[in-house]
Amino acid sequence: MNESTIEVIVSILVLIGVALALISAFGLIRLPDVYTRSHAATKSATLGVLVTIIGAFLFFGLSEGVYSVRLILGIVFVFLTAPVAGHLICRAAYRSGVSLAEESVQDDLEPILGSEEERRAKNKERHHRSS
Amino acid sequence: MKVNDVILQTVTKIVVFIIFTFAFYLFFAGHHDTGGGFIGGLMAASALVLLYLSYDIDTISKAIPINYRTLIGVGVSVSTLTGIGSILLGYPFLSHTFEYVDFPFFGEIELATSVLFEFGVLFTVVGGTLTIILSISEDV
Repeated sequence: MNESTIEVIVSILVLIGVALALISAFGLIRLPDVYTRSHAATKSATLGVLVTIIGAFLFFGLSEGVYSVRLILGIVFVFLTAPVAGHLICRAAYRSGVSLAEESVQDDLEPILGSEEERRAKNKERHHRSS
Repeated sequence: MKVNDVILQTVTKIVVFIIFTFAFYLFFAGHHDTGGGFIGGLMAASALVLLYLSYDIDTISKAIPINYRTLIGVGVSVSTLTGIGSILLGYPFLSHTFEYVDFPFFGEIELATSVLFEFGVLFTVVGGTLTIILSISEDV
């Protein structure tokens, strides 16, 4: 493969990655509550990072012949951990009683974990007991 | 109420092996590339800290029965002994050497005595980090 095709492929990948990261940053500013923000931050930022890393991997692999295992491991690692991080942040927010956006119409966890006030009270009690 | 940690614990089981692999890679890459005992030790310590975060201290202490205070001692003694070894052979303290050795499967590999020194650094860093974190987190 000649130099210019490699450059075109890699720059398209990196530009897609940067655009996805920018979109997720806009999502962080524009969306109303923790849960929708986490939705924006984990999904599109993860995909943006993955596409950028794939671009770097292809650039060093095709133009310099160095296939970096570290970058593949990085892809696997980010793909595994970023959604889990988002899940844990949302879980902690919901269980400590952070309210949903006003536009929300459904809350399937409420019958199981109790209403927002109950969760907030439980969280306060847990906080008092530990300190 | 029983806490439901299935997602965190399952992902931890997989991710810990990736972090340990990367820690060993960094440790052995240290001679000719970025890496070394310090950063490898910090990486291994972070994998252990992730285990302690997603399970509890009792479970992991049962699964990995290492006293991290003795690990510091072992690390410092290994590093000191590599220095003393060069005195015994008639060279100044901490003189290191290397040799190219042919292995049957891996081919020619450079074996350096500074890897042993770095091994001591790795043990000391893992032991020190985990001693700090565990003694902060434990209720005594």
